[in-house]
Amino acid sequence: MSQPIAPVRHILIEGNKSYHDITEDLCTPTETTPTREWIVAFTLSAAFLGLYLFAIVWTVWKGIGEWGANRTINWAWDITNFVWWIGIGHAGTLISAILLLFRQRWRTGVNRAAEAMTIFAVVCAGQFPIFHMGRVWLAFFIFPFPNTRGPLWTNFNSPLLWDVFAISTYFSVSLLFWYTGLVPDLATVRDRATGFRRKMYETFSFGWTGSAKHWQRWESLSLILAGISTPLVLSVHTIVSFDFATSVIPGWHTTIFPPYFVAGAIFSGFAMVLTLMLITRKVLKLEEYITVNHIESMNKVIVLTGTIVGVAYLTELFVAWYSGYIYEQFAFYNRVFGVYWWSYFGMMFCNVVSPQLFWSRKIRRSIWWTFFLSIVVNIGMWFERFVIIATTLARDFLPSSWSYYSPTWVEIAIFSGTVGLFFTLYLTFTRVAPVVAIAEVKSILKVAGNQYVEKARKEYQERQQKGTSTTPHTVSEH
Amino acid sequence: MASDTQKVLYGLYNDEEDLKKAVKAANADHMDIMDVYTPFPVHGLDPVLGLKESRLHILGFIYGAIGASFGFGVMSYVFTRDWPIVFGGKPYWSVPAFIPITFEMTVLFAAWGMTLTFYTICGLWPGVKAKTLDNRITDNKFCIAFDITETEDRDSEKIRSFFGKTGAAEVNVKTI
Repeated sequence: MSQPIAPVRHILIEGNKSYHDITEDLCTPTETTPTREWIVAFTLSAAFLGLYLFAIVWTVWKGIGEWGANRTINWAWDITNFVWWIGIGHAGTLISAILLLFRQRWRTGVNRAAEAMTIFAVVCAGQFPIFHMGRVWLAFFIFPFPNTRGPLWTNFNSPLLWDVFAISTYFSVSLLFWYTGLVPDLATVRDRATGFRRKMYETFSFGWTGSAKHWQRWESLSLILAGISTPLVLSVHTIVSFDFATSVIPGWHTTIFPPYFVAGAIFSGFAMVLTLMLITRKVLKLEEYITVNHIESMNKVIVLTGTIVGVAYLTELFVAWYSGYIYEQFAFYNRVFGVYWWSYFGMMFCNVVSPQLFWSRKIRRSIWWTFFLSIVVNIGMWFERFVIIATTLARDFLPSSWSYYSPTWVEIAIFSGTVGLFFTLYLTFTRVAPVVAIAEVKSILKVAGNQYVEKARKEYQERQQKGTSTTPHTVSEH
Repeated sequence: MASDTQKVLYGLYNDEEDLKKAVKAANADHMDIMDVYTPFPVHGLDPVLGLKESRLHILGFIYGAIGASFGFGVMSYVFTRDWPIVFGGKPYWSVPAFIPITFEMTVLFAAWGMTLTFYTICGLWPGVKAKTLDNRITDNKFCIAFDITETEDRDSEKIRSFFGKTGAAEVNVKTI
């Protein structure tokens, strides 16, 4: 061992793994026949996907009058769901990009699945604004291109168009980042396969050999993609929040929105990563790679971002009161105590109160508590978007047009259908590609594998017992 | 196609530390390593192998600059020359409103440009058949390969003894 290991280092790989064990454990799910749990989950997801397709065809055939959205509350469930899904996607980029820049080794256990989650979540998010357009066959009008309509261009000053650019860039860059990371692992699967499977993975792994120069370029590319994805992910939710913040509607027209949305996105995304990872590690038997230490690290991010979101909620209320502007005050009074009071209190409880339980180390390291709270947070973040959108629009400028919104079965079907779409994609992914980054886990084995960490701890204790005076040069190590 | 094939003598090591020591020994002996293959990026290998730092990031900057100018240029042209429209009494050339799209185009061009360049210069593409020496290189073996297509008689004994000395677990010949 040439790399010094600090004695306080966390164990991130358990079970005395060798390099070959890692390959074996992580490739096996793609090579065996699916388990009964997988088949049940997949059938259920596919059923919801079918429901989604039905509801979408219904919407396109009959028009969006089939939705509960009305003249006053014209952005309702659809935009709520859009922002919710986009927010969920953000954790994937955060884990793969920002944590790579911060050299957080625990990211290697979860980054692959989290990035996949990002891509699938953006796919789900994209459905809502596209079908909300009504005449969906004209959806390509959102892209600026020389056309026979003048050429009539899109409005480059509109945050809605910024969103088009932000989300399509985000989707395609995430896809590149994810797939480039996947290529060496697909090569590993290829080299274990025979026959048709080998041919298939031969194509998907682009002829990867593992040459030293290729690895060097691969690392350089990953680092730069991480570097540019970091401002990208922050820009995406900032621009999503601009959809609201640049309007002149009290309750939306606030400068706090960008940081508040970004924190909320990371918050909900980590909750979704936890929900997925807790199931994945159990079903695919990856407990030794996605350890309680990983879960604890993610819970720490949840308690931090949950608290940021909580501060943002309170700041909003304070600023509304402090502004002395009665319309702003009314908007926020209405947000808390108005017709949708239940969603405001739901949001406050789920997003601000419930994550505070994670201050307790015991709860942070408990699988069941984490699973339960990750679902609660996901519900809470859905409420947040609903609160922002529906409560604000329900009481607009003219009291005669005040209104109430509740979803129709079509909207409920589309939303639960996108959950089906998401899980169908995710479950397919767990069957065709390694859900944990094989090469990256191998590269941290000697600094985070249990046998190496324990050895380093033992050596450290022995040195301590001998007394530091005899080995002064090792003191700097801790 | 016969002229494209190479005869390769390669040794497999079980640990990346052995590999690094072996590469150093080969350098000291002035042996001409064809390539080194590893299952994951081994840190500290590049300087020993004498690989220069990748210049991909310079290209990334250039692609990004192209994206930024393209995005900003198109918006400026459309709103000042092609079809000027007043939006909310703002000037035609409303630069601050162009920033978000300019930024997104920068990232889009840099990411796509760099990734496509990476695959091109590495010769990686769908349909490329991997020149795999051993299936275990993507699993747990660390490989040093020597090209002996032309120098077989002279060098192969020397290379074999080198592999023996540096602790290679296996030595094989393969034509790829």
